[in-house]
Parts: sequence; structure tokens; C-alpha cells
Amino acid sequence: MSGILEVRDVEVTFEVGPLMRRRSILGVAGVSFDLHAGETFAIVGESGSGKTTLARAINGLQGISAGSIRFGEERIDTLGGRAMKPLRRRMSMMFQDPVGSLSPRMKVGNLIAEPFRIHEIVDKNPSVEVPRLLSLVGLTPEFADRYPHQLSGGQARRVGVARAIALNPALIIADEPTAGLDVSVQGEVLNLLNDLRERLGLAMIIITHNLHVVHHVADRMAVMYLGRFVEVGDTDEVFRAPRHPYTAALLSANPEPDPDKARDRIALPAEVPSLLARPAGCEFHSRCPWVAARCKSEAPEFVQGRTRRVACHTPLEPGARPPELEVTQ
Amino acid sequence: MMRVLREPLGAFGIALVLLMVGGAVFADLLTSYDPSRISPRDRFQAPSLDHLLGTDHLGRDLFSRVLHGGRIALSVALFATATSLAIGVVLGLVAGYGPRWLDAVMLLLFDSIKSFPTVMLALALVTLFGPSLTAVVIVVVLVNVPGYARIIRTQTLALKGSEFVTAAQSMGAGTVRILRHHIMPNVISPLLILASMDIPVVIAIEAGMSFLGLGVRPPTPSWGSILNDGFTAIRDTPWIAVAGGLPIILTTLGFTFLGETMRDLFDPRLKRRV
Repeated sequence: MSGILEVRDVEVTFEVGPLMRRRSILGVAGVSFDLHAGETFAIVGESGSGKTTLARAINGLQGISAGSIRFGEERIDTLGGRAMKPLRRRMSMMFQDPVGSLSPRMKVGNLIAEPFRIHEIVDKNPSVEVPRLLSLVGLTPEFADRYPHQLSGGQARRVGVARAIALNPALIIADEPTAGLDVSVQGEVLNLLNDLRERLGLAMIIITHNLHVVHHVADRMAVMYLGRFVEVGDTDEVFRAPRHPYTAALLSANPEPDPDKARDRIALPAEVPSLLARPAGCEFHSRCPWVAARCKSEAPEFVQGRTRRVACHTPLEPGARPPELEVTQ
Repeated sequence: MMRVLREPLGAFGIALVLLMVGGAVFADLLTSYDPSRISPRDRFQAPSLDHLLGTDHLGRDLFSRVLHGGRIALSVALFATATSLAIGVVLGLVAGYGPRWLDAVMLLLFDSIKSFPTVMLALALVTLFGPSLTAVVIVVVLVNVPGYARIIRTQTLALKGSEFVTAAQSMGAGTVRILRHHIMPNVISPLLILASMDIPVVIAIEAGMSFLGLGVRPPTPSWGSILNDGFTAIRDTPWIAVAGGLPIILTTLGFTFLGETMRDLFDPRLKRRV
């Protein structure tokens, strides 16, 4: 297994506020991870945790203020738009809104043929490629004549997938691939992604807040909080025994389909802190049920285990219960 | 088109427009008089079967002059509007999609041009270049472009951050491609309707400038210059002024009715704006 993507200490800074009182906030505050060919990596976190910003940074839509991103052999964070273009053939991105990410005045056929036109690929004929791609994502060739507003959410998502895989990329970044879809359609889309990944040998980064999606498709996962990864590990292991309190809280909040299997929810007090006022020490201490004195002053190192990385002074043991249970059933 | 015909106002507008366009196109078939031929013997003749609208102070047949004047008016209106559209769309796209400083500079430019009164602008240009059809076209373009560009700019700005534009960027699409294929098709239709409603304004500008002697040069017929000829002799021979004024009124009404009906049918949201 060779790494196709290497993200190191990436930071993304935004300038906010009026000119005189301009402040910069860290949307992504030092994220590192590797992605291997054919692997699916999920990034989960609450809204505003920086997931989408990270995805845009990897795709080069958002400049980074520190760190480096390597795609294949090349360092891509320093490339300009023109130099980046050939690399975009091998890396594609799917956006949150299935219909909104399709140009409203273009027919599906043209939308799918667009990657070929952009990259001036002449040895492939769009009139052959479009039906092939449509059937690959489970749509009939007749869809080529439709406009995006004539598609259902699931169909539009499939068109988005067809566009993403059109040029045989090595990496697909999917930002909330199931957002806005019915549960049954979500399942179809995920199965489609899984299926394509196996058939085409794609690596995927899936950005989501839906833990079921993660469990269903991801080999490894990262949990993001305030622009940082707090825990990274194999999906099965993380689900079985979360080591970071935040991960544990997230997993406990995940609705279970089985009503008899009621689990204790770990309720987090307070709101997510503002990015303008990051807590000192461990940034999660303000909401952590296991908080200790040390957490308030000292930021934890990102501890590298064999397969797991956790940013916590006192990682949880399997089955740990929060002290002084503030439990809502 | 059928829907426009079903509206009484729209049908009336189309009829008037077709009448005027037909008259201009088939001018040579409809009259046997040369619009510029002077015949002093026939000066100031009242309308008759010989001269449907009478003759002017040089004995020229007014019906023929009105038809040929229509050619000038309509072709200037179409050409100038099309030019303004093309320039306005390009400038609007650039201002809306380009960097912020460029947007600010262009807005300042649009607003300064817009703040000139039309007549002053026309006078200034004619002083510089002399009266001609080109001057008329330039005035119309200068008057129209800022408004068109602003409309396109605002809508481009709104679409700039939309997901389908970001998606195109992430696929590696260049700026020209994004503007042409992803933004322009989505911003142009309201402008087309507005432009069609501006055609009567353009006709009025051409007539107005010709009336003031800033437009077409004699002996070329223009509705504005016919009106001016009639104006000097309005007490004795009112039909000359009528011959010049009536086509202006009818054409303006026709295009306005047509434009308004189209606007209401295609884009109800614009109803309150103009």
C-alpha cells in the first residue's frame, strides 16, 4: 500500500471582522493524516468543525496558511491554478447539495461530458463515455437529456458520482454524500460508492456528520473538533472502543435502530466554543465529563499508538463511564 | 410566442411592431417616391391619395420618408441594443467574478457614466465627433451599458459562490469556461427581457437626437428630423409633425406592450422592478 495523499500540519486561516478590528481564526488548526490507495477515510465532526474547509484545502479550492499537502509525488498546496489543473484529473470532489452542484442550465449529458471537455481529452468520445458512466452509476442513457431540476435528489447524486469518476481519478473527496437524501436513497448511494471503489480501486475521503455512513463505508476515520483531529483510527476499533471523550460522546449520541439496545448517552454540557476564543489547554476541557486540572492548562499531545492516535491526557479505557453521571436516557 | 399572442396587450404590441418592421423592410414596395427627392412644386401638400401623409417644405413625400425613417430607427435600435447587451454582459461578468478591487473600479465607472444626463452626453459626443448615426449608437451604448452591466454583476456575484461554480472550479474549469457555460446562461434571461423593453427608449433617443440635429444628417430621413421639419411649420401644416410623431408613438407603444407582456410571462419576479 502506497500513500497517495499526505497531509501534514495543515492550517487554514480566515480573516474576520471589520477592517480595523480584523482578527484571524483558525478554521483548520494543524491536521495531519495519510491516505493509502484504495482506502476510504472518513472525517466526522459537528457543523463548523472544519471538515468541509479541510476538504476544500485538499482540493486546492482553499489556500492553506501552514503545513503541506502531498498528492502522489507532488506537493500541491503551493501549486497555482494552472499547475494544479492536470492533477485535478486524478482527484475529484463531490459537493454537499446534489442538485445545487449541477449547473442548472446544462443537460446531464453535458454535465457528465464536461470533465472531458475541460481537460481536452480527445481519445474518448463523450457520446460513448456518457452512456457508459450513466449505466455505471445505475441510470439509463435517457437521463442525458434531462436538466438537473428534473432529477430527484438521489438521481442528481448519481450524476454527481458519474462526474466524479469520469476521468478515472485516484481520489474522490465526497463532502456529505448522503446529505438531503432519503434514508433508502442514502443506502443506495453508499452501496454505489462502495461498489465503485472496489471496482475502480479509488481512494475516498468522506466528510460527514452521519456516523452510520462512516461505519458503512470507511476503513479508517478521524474525529474533528474545533479544526483539529482528536482521534484517528480504524473505524471498527474506534466504534468498539472510543478513546477520546469527544468520540465517546459522539458515538453515544448516534441513534441506534434497536430500541431495546438503549445506551447511556454521554451528554456534553455547554456549546461548542467559538473559534475566536479557543479554550486554553485541551480545547475540549470545557465540555469534557472526565476533565482534570491538567486539562485546563496543558494541551495534550497527539499520542501515536500502533493503529490509533488520540489527543487526550487520559484516554478512555474500553467501556469507561463518565464520572458523576450526567446521563440523559 | 403563442402565449404572448393570447394576452390582448401582447397581441396588440406584436401587431404594431410587425406593422412598423414590415413598413421599414418593404418600404420600396409600398411607395414609389424617393424619400430624398426634392420637388419644390409639391411643397406643403396636405395628405391625399397621391401623398398619403402629405409632403414637407421641400416637397418630399412624407409617407416614403416615414417608412425609410423607420429603417433607420429600427436598425439603430437593434444594433445599439445588441451592442450594449454584448458589452454590458461581458463587463458585468468581469466585475462580478473578478477581484474585488476591479469590481469597485468598474462600479465607480458605471456610476459616473450613469450620472451624465443623456442629452448632455449626446451634446458632448456630437461636439467631439460631429452629428452622425455612429454618435447616436455610441450615446445609446453609453446610456445602456452601465445598467445592463450592473444587473449582470449582481447576479454573477450571487452565483459566484454557488456549489455548481465551485464544482466546476474543482474540476479544473478555467474562468472563461465558468463564465460562459455556468454563469452566463443563468443570468442573461432577465436582461434580454429588459433590453427588449429598452428598444422604445433607444428609438426615442435616436428620434430625439435627430430632432436636435445631433443624429442623422439631412437629407437622410429620420422620424426625429421629420418631426423637426414639421415643428417649424406646425401652425399651417400640422400633418408633417403628425407624420413624424405618430410612428414614434406607435413603435414605442408596440415594443413596450410586447416587452411588458414578455416580462410578465417569463419572469414574474421582475414585475415590480421597472
